[in-house]
Amino acid sequence: MKIIIIGDGKVGYTLAEHLSKEGNDVTIIDKDPEPLKKASEYLDVMCIKGNGVSTKVLMEAGVKDADLLIAATTSDEMNMVCCLTAKKLGAAHTIARIRDPEYASELSVLKRELGLDMVINPELECAREIGRVLSHPTAVEVEPFAKGRVELVEIKVTGSMPVAGMKLKEISAGICPSILIGAVQRNGEVIIPNGEFRIEEKDMIYVIGRPADVHDFCRRVVPDSNRVRNAMIVGGGRIAYYLAKYLEEADIRAKIIEIDRERCYELSELLPDTLIINGDGSEEAVLESENLRNMDAFVAVTGRDEENLLTSLYAKQCGVKRVVAKINRVTYASLIMNMGIDSVVSPKQITANGIIRYVRGLKNAMGNPVETLYRIIDGKAEALEFVAGQSTKFLNTPLRDLKLKEGILVAAIVRKNEIIIPHGKDVIRPGDSVIIIVKDKHFSDFNDIVEPGGIPDEL
Amino acid sequence: MNYRLIFSNLGTVLGIEAALMIPALLVSVIYGQDDVYAFLVSISVLVAAGFLLHLLKPKNTQMYARDGFAIVALSWFFISLFGALPFLISGVITSPMDAFFESVSGFTTTGASILTDVESLPRGILFWRSFTHWVGGMGVLALMLAVLPSVKPNTVHMLVAESPGPNPGKLVPKIRQTVKILYMIYTGMTLALIVLLIISGMPVYDSVVHALGTAGTGGFSIKNTSIGAYNNAFAEVIIAVFMFLFGINFALHYQLIRGNLKSYFRDAEFRFYLGAVLVSIVLITLDLTGKVFGSFPEALRYSSFQVSSIITTTGYSTADFNLWPSFSKAILVLLMFFGASAGSTAGGMKCIRIVLLMKLVRREIHRIIHPRSVYPVRINGKTVDEDVLSGVTVFFFAFICIFAVALLIVSAEGKDMISNFTAVTACIGNIGPGLGIVGPMGNFSTYSALSKAVFSFCMIAGRLEIFPILLLFAPTFWKKVNI
Repeated sequence: MKIIIIGDGKVGYTLAEHLSKEGNDVTIIDKDPEPLKKASEYLDVMCIKGNGVSTKVLMEAGVKDADLLIAATTSDEMNMVCCLTAKKLGAAHTIARIRDPEYASELSVLKRELGLDMVINPELECAREIGRVLSHPTAVEVEPFAKGRVELVEIKVTGSMPVAGMKLKEISAGICPSILIGAVQRNGEVIIPNGEFRIEEKDMIYVIGRPADVHDFCRRVVPDSNRVRNAMIVGGGRIAYYLAKYLEEADIRAKIIEIDRERCYELSELLPDTLIINGDGSEEAVLESENLRNMDAFVAVTGRDEENLLTSLYAKQCGVKRVVAKINRVTYASLIMNMGIDSVVSPKQITANGIIRYVRGLKNAMGNPVETLYRIIDGKAEALEFVAGQSTKFLNTPLRDLKLKEGILVAAIVRKNEIIIPHGKDVIRPGDSVIIIVKDKHFSDFNDIVEPGGIPDEL
Repeated sequence: MNYRLIFSNLGTVLGIEAALMIPALLVSVIYGQDDVYAFLVSISVLVAAGFLLHLLKPKNTQMYARDGFAIVALSWFFISLFGALPFLISGVITSPMDAFFESVSGFTTTGASILTDVESLPRGILFWRSFTHWVGGMGVLALMLAVLPSVKPNTVHMLVAESPGPNPGKLVPKIRQTVKILYMIYTGMTLALIVLLIISGMPVYDSVVHALGTAGTGGFSIKNTSIGAYNNAFAEVIIAVFMFLFGINFALHYQLIRGNLKSYFRDAEFRFYLGAVLVSIVLITLDLTGKVFGSFPEALRYSSFQVSSIITTTGYSTADFNLWPSFSKAILVLLMFFGASAGSTAGGMKCIRIVLLMKLVRREIHRIIHPRSVYPVRINGKTVDEDVLSGVTVFFFAFICIFAVALLIVSAEGKDMISNFTAVTACIGNIGPGLGIVGPMGNFSTYSALSKAVFSFCMIAGRLEIFPILLLFAPTFWKKVNI
């Protein structure tokens, strides 16, 4: 696919990285030569220096036969104009990043009038992600599949959990038979486990199943799976605004600590039900005086990564149960993982995931479409949802007879309202949604999961 | 400095060279001459060496600019070394230094030879000589990137190090796609040239060999008196035109394929290149008419061929320009320094650099008049980065330095100044023939082994545009931890 990305910032670069690795022809446009230099050095993409709004530059980038244009510059207005121009010049699809809350409420109108195919708001997506994590008690991250009928939940195993030291088959026999542990992360390594696999302390496990079953599993496994009733948010930016709104709906009381007085007034007007505190959230005294120790959850979403990580660590030390930190730069991910913060969210990663999912969808409009895609464990593994159709080559073959490629697990089969955690005798039927977990590979065709010759002959 | 990465890539390059010898092997089998054995042995040696190097599995596959440059520089040295094997084994060249010189001259598309009588050589060997031109013209590493199944993004450094010009870029987002397009244009143009030459009445084998030499702007011929031996005006015109075409930036040919004919004339470098060719032809024709050739059309025929041959650094000749008047010879020597366009198969300094240097001179003068003026240098309406500009000036200085040092070493032998000067020019600019002893009817055989080593160095330095080669001489580059 021919993709043009305007704006070589954090999101633009991440997108270019993933999309070019998947074999798309990516062209990046940016005004500033410095980031372009980095992109042309590390990525297999073409870089054009210039203003993405200019028709001349767009034509040079080949907008005429581009399949997709993604506008991810710092300015919403510029992104909109870029997409509008590109559409008129012949780009088949356009995606704009629009982050101003003022526009957020008018998105549907904007989408229709500007011919945008997708609008992505990193802060909103990020806030939703944090909100999901807070409203889902024990999980580190929650991802919905099959329109919410299946959930993938990331849980960090601690010593007090009964699953620590158990083999997987003992778990399915003893604790909860209707869930599946699809992937385990241990010391930065990703493992697709089998029944003999023994779970240890500090592992990160990815549990798949019906939401009720997953919740049930969480309750049995985690002793204090209390609901989060109140949350402290440090930093009053856009994420905090969207998050507070989300929490208001989810019936979680929130207080926001923001350093800038003007912004505090704005927020208090926008969020009547939320307590706004004017103070420096990185100061111990402020946090203490706002009863940090009694909070159920703590969220650090200031603009500075270091501050977020430090305050989160402090909150964890004070005994807050759910601590979420936002970081912009995902370098040293392995280090952050070991710091003990429950969840680390990165808006650029979330945005990139959203767009990549969309691109795959576009790409696979024919054949076996990938319905949903999640990068888990820093993109080392992926959870994919395919819909089996007539072109699927192994319909009605028991799974135990299929020779799957290394590092692939069929995690769940969704058949109408029934969720099947597959065993050897189960088969895939047309119309099923199949969720698979894949390590170190990229798939865009469902048929690729089987080894060549791995399907037994019909005769 | 990632030795494992560099040498495992080198192994791949040697494997590709083994594959490249297969056409020459086939030619020698077809003609049934006694050089079959030489190719079989060379291919086996290459495969073995390539395989051994390939056993080195790099621990870290991240390729940095320094690794890419080192791979290119070392690859060019080693392919030349192994490319000399057929000459040595078949016994057509007995001295190893001579064989290496001939091989370097082939791959770098120079076309300078130490052979005094090429017409007696077996046809397989002659084919191999010219085929090295063809491969070297577009680049061996580029070929590797085009044929290998997986191309990492960082391999762009190899492309940058190998392709000529101050600011090489991609035609399309993917490296692999870019080199494929380049090779497709290149192959297509070569095939067209072969067909045209056959139509002109040149024998098939001769057409193929000369087409390969023209495409790479190399200049090895299978006749002692080069293209002049055929005395075929039609073939001369075809070759002259194609030399000119192969001297144009291939990015412009790509634009033509995409239906953008005007892009040629919008390009400042092309305009300069065309202008230099036309002005030189007119001046030399006027100079020659009456002095060397009787009629104006005759003078035009020989001068146009020679100008096209020299500015594209091919080095074919239809007349002994060594005997031409000084004014014509002076123009030809200047054209040797110019070279053709960046992104083409030609050598020399490249027109774009000359254009940029002239613009820099103009800017300097402008700055004296208006000391506070802001004056960006523009090419095709776009501002040229200051990095690129300083790169051009540094390149120019390095070029002259290497030229001077080489000239000093070669001059110690005591040959005449004109021969030495033009011999070094012809090597560093990848042209081939110079004046005097190394004129179109002469050759490099009388130089000592030391001088030939210096010439070989100049040829590779000229082809890779100096810096990848200089990198190999930097002591810090070879250390594990470079500070």
